Amino acid sequence: MSILQRTFAMADLTLVEAVNDALHTELARDENVLVLGEDVGRAGGVFRATAGLLDRFGADRCVDTPLAEAGMLGAAVGLCMAGWRPVVEMQYDAFSYPCLDQLITHVGRYHWRTSGRMEFPITIRMPYGGGVRAPELHDDSPETYYVHTPGIKVAIPSTPADAKGLLAAAIRDPDPVVIFEPKFVYRTARGEVPEGEHVVPLGQARIARAGTDVTLIAYGAMVPVCERAAGELAGEASCEVVDIRSLRPLDERTILESVAKTGRVVIVHEAPRTVGFGAELAAIIAEKAIFDLQGPVLRVTGFDVPYPYWTIEDSYVPSVARVAAAVRTFL
Amino acid sequence: MASIDALRHTTSLAESELLELYRRMVLLRTFDERAVVYQRQGRIGTYAIAWGHEAIQAGATFALGDDDWIFPSYREGAIGLVRGMPAETILQWWRGHPSGWWSPADWNIASICVPIATHVPHAAGLAWGKKLRGEKVVAMAFFGDGATSEGAFHEGVNFAAVMNAPAVFVCNNNHWAISTPIESQTRAETLADKAVGYGIPGVRVDGLDVLAVYEAAREAVERARSGGGPTLIEAVHYRAAPHGTADDPRAYIDLARVEEERANECVGRYERFLRDAGLLNEQLVASTRTDAEDLMRAGIAAAEAEPPPDPELLFTRAYVDPPANLRHG
Repeated sequence: MSILQRTFAMADLTLVEAVNDALHTELARDENVLVLGEDVGRAGGVFRATAGLLDRFGADRCVDTPLAEAGMLGAAVGLCMAGWRPVVEMQYDAFSYPCLDQLITHVGRYHWRTSGRMEFPITIRMPYGGGVRAPELHDDSPETYYVHTPGIKVAIPSTPADAKGLLAAAIRDPDPVVIFEPKFVYRTARGEVPEGEHVVPLGQARIARAGTDVTLIAYGAMVPVCERAAGELAGEASCEVVDIRSLRPLDERTILESVAKTGRVVIVHEAPRTVGFGAELAAIIAEKAIFDLQGPVLRVTGFDVPYPYWTIEDSYVPSVARVAAAVRTFL
Repeated sequence: MASIDALRHTTSLAESELLELYRRMVLLRTFDERAVVYQRQGRIGTYAIAWGHEAIQAGATFALGDDDWIFPSYREGAIGLVRGMPAETILQWWRGHPSGWWSPADWNIASICVPIATHVPHAAGLAWGKKLRGEKVVAMAFFGDGATSEGAFHEGVNFAAVMNAPAVFVCNNNHWAISTPIESQTRAETLADKAVGYGIPGVRVDGLDVLAVYEAAREAVERARSGGGPTLIEAVHYRAAPHGTADDPRAYIDLARVEEERANECVGRYERFLRDAGLLNEQLVASTRTDAEDLMRAGIAAAEAEPPPDPELLFTRAYVDPPANLRHG
């Protein structure tokens, strides 16, 4: 097979299969990359994101760890000092909270602490978000805690191709990067994924759907919600859907260009409203595009309540109806 | 009076090594005493006092090779001195000047860990990571008695034990976490007992006896290097100085006990031991102290001579590859 053919060969994969593909590809490409986490080895991960790594790369590079999120991330700091590029799996969004101690006090600061002399190329990846009918604390959207931490980069894919490409970019990045994977669409988002090496650079937003009247800004599992809302509104308004993909670094230019075109903005995220990432996006738009706006910047978000019992979670997670209702206030 | 022969029953160290150990203890003691003075003079910032901890720091690290890694807490802030790190570098750390932020790769000494116990998993990771690479490197982490109450201590030691990582965990049990006595930290009879829960050896040693600390560390390092996994060493003594320059222990400590402990402090004790063995005389004591004082004088002079740091450093060290909007404040 020629390089050209290989470059353009595509596989039809689900989002979680694309994550698995990225891990296989990056571990094969760089012998310094290793994966560690709870149940990542023998089980291949509770979502099978790490399936096949143990057999292919051995127990030294796909490591079942003790059940200790802070211990895993702390050990990853030491692994970096020994020359490794660790990829740490947090089993679920809310299970990652113990690791915030290491993230805030060390992971985001250690490069700075060494006068910029040592690098800590840690990748943290975790499934996030609701909709999967699970018990409490399997449904959170904690991206704000991470993106608020200096020294950390954060990306959230919404498609299989981006899940592979952003994870590859994270693993190759010299800084600590957190990847949130939308578990609600882990197996329902299906699409063409480039075979072999595939990198989507951090800091580049994607126009998921072009439009002229209203800009819908989202990431992760809220991108397909916005796309469906845009489809439903097709006869009433032309909606552009911006999938920001990367929260830090943030592609302000693509956002501002879209806002300049439409003058109307609805920001959608699943996380609670107060100081959610939508607040940051709204502030940037207010600072840099106020004269382009023809109405208030609206947000459709989760509520400032604990993520609910799953029998009523559909009333919490932003829906197509809520997004469409927000758009209709402009019409 | 002990003879050289009697000494042979006490330690395997050669005479030159015994004196080097003494030199390092004096260096650490001098650094600490001068640092407190500099703080009072406003020449360095708030400082965590290490007076009385010299036997633990010099003794344990004496068992390491140059390739082995040290993970210090703030109490071991000056531990780089034992590897020849300039006093100026360490003083600059306490002065809040960027030239005090060394690269761990240069000295195999991790950055000073300010939060309690969170560097314990780092030592586990380094030791494990080196083992995976086939390198015979040992990681030694220092922390206090209070640190054993933290989750990070548990996760780190357990992680190292499960990975059979070549790590040595040195608990400096000085009985106090600022004002909180050891009785308020644990119901365990000893901290070394905690090793049982991790399936690793736990050793209790007199933290004022530098040779005892060294022997315990030597055994632990050898075991780690030969694939025997981690060891927890509890070095027991009593904090006979304030926690730091901002602390006034009169509010909580028994001063009579402190006076008693100060009379038994570790540098003087080792000095008496070496004198009794005929290895140390007045001249050598004086010259060792003078050398250490000269080093400190030169260190503070060099630190103070350095120009103030460039505010540009705010941005240039936060990321290897910084986001474009980093300068938006």
